Amino acid sequence: MRALIVDDSRAMRRIVGRILTERGFETAEAADGQEAIAVLESMDDLPAVACIDWNMPVMDGLELVTAIRARPEWRDITLMMVTTESEQDRIVRALAAGAHEYLIKPFTPDALVEKLDLLGLVPTPGGVA
Amino acid sequence: MSIGADAFGFVRDHVRAESAIVLETGKEYLVESRLLPLARQTGHDSVDTFVAELRRTRNPALMRQVVEALTTNETSFFRDSDPFVALRQDVLPTLAKERPGRSLRVWAAACSSGQEPYSIAMTTRDTPEVAGWKIDIVATDLSEEVLAKARKGEYSQLEVNRGLPVTTLVKHFQRSGINWRINPDLAAMVQFRQLNLMRPFGPVGRFDVVFLRNVLIYFDLATKRDILRRVRQVMAPDGYLFLGAAEMTMGVDDAWERVPAGRSSVYRIREDQRSCVR
Ligand SMILES: C[S@@+](CC[C@H](N)C(=O)[O-])C[C@H]1O[C@@H](n2cnc3c(N)ncnc32)[C@H](O)[C@@H]1O
Repeated sequence: MRALIVDDSRAMRRIVGRILTERGFETAEAADGQEAIAVLESMDDLPAVACIDWNMPVMDGLELVTAIRARPEWRDITLMMVTTESEQDRIVRALAAGAHEYLIKPFTPDALVEKLDLLGLVPTPGGVA
Repeated sequence: MSIGADAFGFVRDHVRAESAIVLETGKEYLVESRLLPLARQTGHDSVDTFVAELRRTRNPALMRQVVEALTTNETSFFRDSDPFVALRQDVLPTLAKERPGRSLRVWAAACSSGQEPYSIAMTTRDTPEVAGWKIDIVATDLSEEVLAKARKGEYSQLEVNRGLPVTTLVKHFQRSGINWRINPDLAAMVQFRQLNLMRPFGPVGRFDVVFLRNVLIYFDLATKRDILRRVRQVMAPDGYLFLGAAEMTMGVDDAWERVPAGRSSVYRIREDQRSCVR
């Protein structure tokens, strides 16, 4: 199973990447929304999940969610916001735009794993991506 | 006699790896006092020799119990998720057919800081079969400290991040400063009070559903047996009991039978035992 990590912080991409890799995901990364779209367009095997930061240069996370939702060929990608934005109306906006889950930073590795479980995203060990 | 630095280091590393809970230096006394009952149960008279054996054998059940013993108030919303799926898909719809009075009583018998009873409350709201019913949840714990937090119904970002689907969060909670507070309509369903499971329960009434999760694990066999027997006496004969994932009635109190529900199982009083509780 693949996962795409979209965050302008390299440190954050590494942290999320490590948790996902340990869970058995193959990960790809992008530093902003526009790069994420380019990465998705270049992939033969789409990711099962994208973890998306909100505040990023060029194209932010909310715009990215909206852009992904506008492409029917990407409708199977589960979208999870992973962000410090914690106001209730922000969360509601992200959900309305098409995000499925929302994880507020800071979080523990367990919390991310539990969200993946909630979403039914459990890679089969040894299975093909 | 206090726990050696070596033993403490081993326990600290293991607990951190398994639970993300950090036992800093200075918590030796806590570790000692929490692990002593477990050490005694396994035939040791000191925590040091118990830990030495553990390091050698790495007995998985004991390794887990060590974590449990040191995380006594550990809880989360929709903990293990499966029980709540079973409640919504199986238990509540079945009970709904059996209760013409359209009311249900639920007991969360070791409710810690309240995540469990509030998760039950949210689940009943999401179950169309009991929409509009009168649902009373009695939530009890030994510790006044956790009960105070539970009554407040306020949880940190880290706490709501764990186990709570975000759609549920925005539906049932309101921001309160940097925390999240459970909505008043859900809070009104839950009544918190102090109760020690080791003592007689007193006049608690009769329950249709009992959550007794992740608490029996701390007691010895005789106590577990006694608690399960007394729980039977306060349950509706056709009621349902939920235990923790590592707990069971088998070999403890065989008046119960395990029945599949959703992806997990629940316990019911065996048919031939029901007359005794009427
Ligand atoms: C690990 S928590 C479990 C909380 C919740 N049931 C769950 O599964 O997430 C165990 C709780 O049992 C409570 N407890 C321990 N001994 C008890 C007793 N004798 N009577 C009532 N509660 C007790 C503790 O205070 C603690 O809050």
